[in-house]
Amino acid sequence: MLTPKARGPLSQAVNEALAIAPDRVDVPDAGSAEDAAIALWTLYELHYRGFDDVDDALEWHPGLLGVRRDLEQDLEDRLRSRWTPYTPTGDVGEELFAYVAAHDGPSLAKHVQSQADEEQVLELFRLRSIYHAKEADPTAWVVPRLSTGPKAALMELQFDEYGDGDPNRLHSHLWALGMDALGLRADYGAYIDDVPPEILEQNNVMSLFGLHRRLRGAALGHLAAFEMTSSMPSRRMAQGLQRLGLADAMVAYYAEHVEADAVHEQLAARSICGALVAAEPSLAGDVFLGAFTCLDLEDRFARRQLAEWGVA
Amino acid sequence: MSEAESYDHPDVVLCPGGPMLLRGDHVVQDSDGVAHRTTRPVSAVCRCGKSQTKPWCDGTHQVLPAKLRPA
Ligand code: FES
Ligand SMILES: [Fe+2]
Ligand SMILES: [Fe+2]
Repeated sequence: MLTPKARGPLSQAVNEALAIAPDRVDVPDAGSAEDAAIALWTLYELHYRGFDDVDDALEWHPGLLGVRRDLEQDLEDRLRSRWTPYTPTGDVGEELFAYVAAHDGPSLAKHVQSQADEEQVLELFRLRSIYHAKEADPTAWVVPRLSTGPKAALMELQFDEYGDGDPNRLHSHLWALGMDALGLRADYGAYIDDVPPEILEQNNVMSLFGLHRRLRGAALGHLAAFEMTSSMPSRRMAQGLQRLGLADAMVAYYAEHVEADAVHEQLAARSICGALVAAEPSLAGDVFLGAFTCLDLEDRFARRQLAEWGVA
Repeated sequence: MSEAESYDHPDVVLCPGGPMLLRGDHVVQDSDGVAHRTTRPVSAVCRCGKSQTKPWCDGTHQVLPAKLRPA
């Protein structure tokens, strides 16, 4: 992948710094939320697969890390300001299920199931591809930060995301097969220049939670909410694709998620978050910050996209 | 929590209001007598009877009224 297009003065300055690797990196203020979001996304990407046009050594460039830190602080402040703090008093798994069930938001999957046209569905896939091409990767950062109980529990789930050792079943690979069958680009980050700020923020949050040991509770709460809101929406997606006669390979991706995430939601809520809070009770609040953030950011994206399509 | 303790890791877990988790490789016979082999390290077997992907859970139990959900 090449460096994404700049979306304002800050991301322009970040891209220039990535090109010339100056000793000091001075950047202007962001011109917009979108400018800040793409700059942060670009800086995070250095820790995943990097860019063909950027020196791999810049992953740990102190000047760039400083820019990243400022952008992360703004993002985390924003997330915390949107959230009403909540600390569970009983069983964490049960409370997570209740917390997610009590949340009501717009559903893109319902629109795809019954109304969306082919063009809208393909657009949705281009936007979702930014995450699905690195599906489960942001959560993998969390593994070494955990103690025995939650570490084993998280790996039980992650192993399944990664195909149980079979590359043909790796979820991001199933996604790529679906994209290819639909005639869309399956390569990593292919549509980054097309995605709106809501998608960038969803992605950046997963990296923020994954890359900061301090935020491991939020990372696992985010995972739980993500898995808990996947099974039924995945079936709606599969039904929408079938209604439109779209590629079986993408139907297969969603069918796998109906079944896998019915398991994963139980594991994430009960064995992963349950074990984490048992081992580190002080992280209980952050688990719910993560869960809330996952639900809230999906709402923001869904509202934007439905409005763009004139649906809501 | 001490790292030297031992941990619960049951082969079968009954999830309140939801499926039965099954760890390991098993063949599950559904109510029509059809055998289904597990395909993942942990599988969720539907207990509410309303899944569309039986014998596996598909999350449908979540939208059932409390009295129709398995204990
Ligand atoms: S127990 Fe989950 S669908 Fe029946
Ligand atoms: Fe997945
Ligand atoms: Fe999953």
